[in-house]
Amino acid sequence: MTGRGAARRVTLLALLAVLAAWPWLAPYFAIFLMTEILILGLFAASFNLLFGYTGLLSFGHAAYFGTGAYVAALLLRDMAPPFLAVLAAAAVGAAVVALVIGWFSVRLTEVYFAMLTLAFGMMVYALVHQWRGLTGGSDGVAGFPLTAPLPGVAVNIADPVNYYYLTLILVAVSAYVLHRITVSPFGLILRSLRENSERASFAGVPVRRYRLAAFVVSGLFSGLAGALFAPFNRIAVPEMAHWTQSAEPVLMTILGGSQYFFGPFLGAGVFLLLRQWITSYTQEWMFFLGVILAFLVVFLPRGLLGLFDRWLGGRS
Amino acid sequence: MRPPPLLDVRDLRRNFGSFAAVDGVTLSVQPGEVTALIGANGAGKTTFYNLISGRLRPTGGSIFYRGRDITGTPPHSITRMGIARSFQITNIFDQLRVIENVQVALVIRQGKGTRWWRRAARDEDLRLQAGELLERLGLSGLAMARAGTLSHGDKRLVELAIVLATDPQLVLLDEPTAGMTPEETHAVVDLIARLAETGPQTFFLTEHDMDVVFGLARRVFVMHRGRLLAEGSPDEIRANPEVRNAYLGEEVY
Repeated sequence: MTGRGAARRVTLLALLAVLAAWPWLAPYFAIFLMTEILILGLFAASFNLLFGYTGLLSFGHAAYFGTGAYVAALLLRDMAPPFLAVLAAAAVGAAVVALVIGWFSVRLTEVYFAMLTLAFGMMVYALVHQWRGLTGGSDGVAGFPLTAPLPGVAVNIADPVNYYYLTLILVAVSAYVLHRITVSPFGLILRSLRENSERASFAGVPVRRYRLAAFVVSGLFSGLAGALFAPFNRIAVPEMAHWTQSAEPVLMTILGGSQYFFGPFLGAGVFLLLRQWITSYTQEWMFFLGVILAFLVVFLPRGLLGLFDRWLGGRS
Repeated sequence: MRPPPLLDVRDLRRNFGSFAAVDGVTLSVQPGEVTALIGANGAGKTTFYNLISGRLRPTGGSIFYRGRDITGTPPHSITRMGIARSFQITNIFDQLRVIENVQVALVIRQGKGTRWWRRAARDEDLRLQAGELLERLGLSGLAMARAGTLSHGDKRLVELAIVLATDPQLVLLDEPTAGMTPEETHAVVDLIARLAETGPQTFFLTEHDMDVVFGLARRVFVMHRGRLLAEGSPDEIRANPEVRNAYLGEEVY
């Protein structure tokens, strides 16, 4: 077991080294691609705190991703505070939205929970789409400056390489925090809810309160991902809050393996690489993605990491 | 004078539609006295347990625990007040390790549920207390195994370990030996007897196996069609013609 722990640590360090050297190793366009993989990987990992660890399938996570994107874009457009303050405000804003939506949603479970989160997600989308005075409707929010990360830190994050590094640092720190949460006593309670919420309540766990806590933490990091995504695209558009955006973390997580902490990150990478690759041949990339996903769900129910795990023998 | 009862149930009722599953039961459990609730299938024993443990709300009547009215309190609060239960069908956390199964209850009991940074595996208190408990139940060797991979008998012990980890005063066991081999049954009976003698817990169990009931319990209640038919010492119950008629007679094998 310590052997596996050490192997995992070495793999992780090697991965971080590759990511740190990425702008030198890879062609220019791949810097954008990797930035997107990191951001959507964080989004999927946040989603998976709720799905893989707490056992709640949300179909409305674009609500928090979109909230993060819009709070960031609007703050940059109207007030232009330091960029890290923008990210913090966007994450907290998304957490507040998650607190409100979660307060209603955690009363239900399974398909009812999924439907309720989907319904709330559609409401947030409608709000973003219709409230033209604030959000610019379907035009979105664009034309905002990218401010310095902190006062006195004169790094130009409009440079794609700098934005990549900013993203890498924030995603790495967030992933570390999320991982600590999953192995903490709090995380143990969340896993017990996934396994058997009835037994948990008869072990003294106030089930709804813990589900809500997981929901809010998940929303917070989803919001941070959204707040990194809008400036990356130089625009916040309603599609970032649309239910199709909610589907992405679900697909990525299932692709990578929901029972593994890094499953969502791997899933995000494979998802975006597949999209990149298939769209270079055809516009109908969703069809081929559908074929691949159907294949994976049937033959690899535990995702790609589940497959690696089987090759290596035994479970982690 | 008897000490005040640990559990005091008054005129408890629960209807499912027009069917009265529990139909006005009044009974009390004395601290330290192993108590059993027996009755044929469908007599209302499990419903009765579900009412006491907060899984179901009563249609009428009240439940007092250590003098406090707990009628309608949710399960997690009842558990934290000191009433813990096992289920007739084993109810554990399959994908968690055996030691983690126990630690779920310990985290809550020790008020560590909001600790989100420190690793659970590095918490000495959690590890030592869980280890001690597993040792008492003879599960030390299985601490790191996934609970779902255990044998039926060991799974039932894991559930008992979770129950004890909540630090209960009153333990409700719903057919603790159901589906066990004779050897496993024997071991569990010994274990409960030992715990009842040494521990602070009071056991209140349902059972189909009359050897288990009469071997463990000092006080027995008999339920029949939602009502209490008789109560008394094991000898009194065995000699009671009504009980023999309604219940024990059916159980001769």
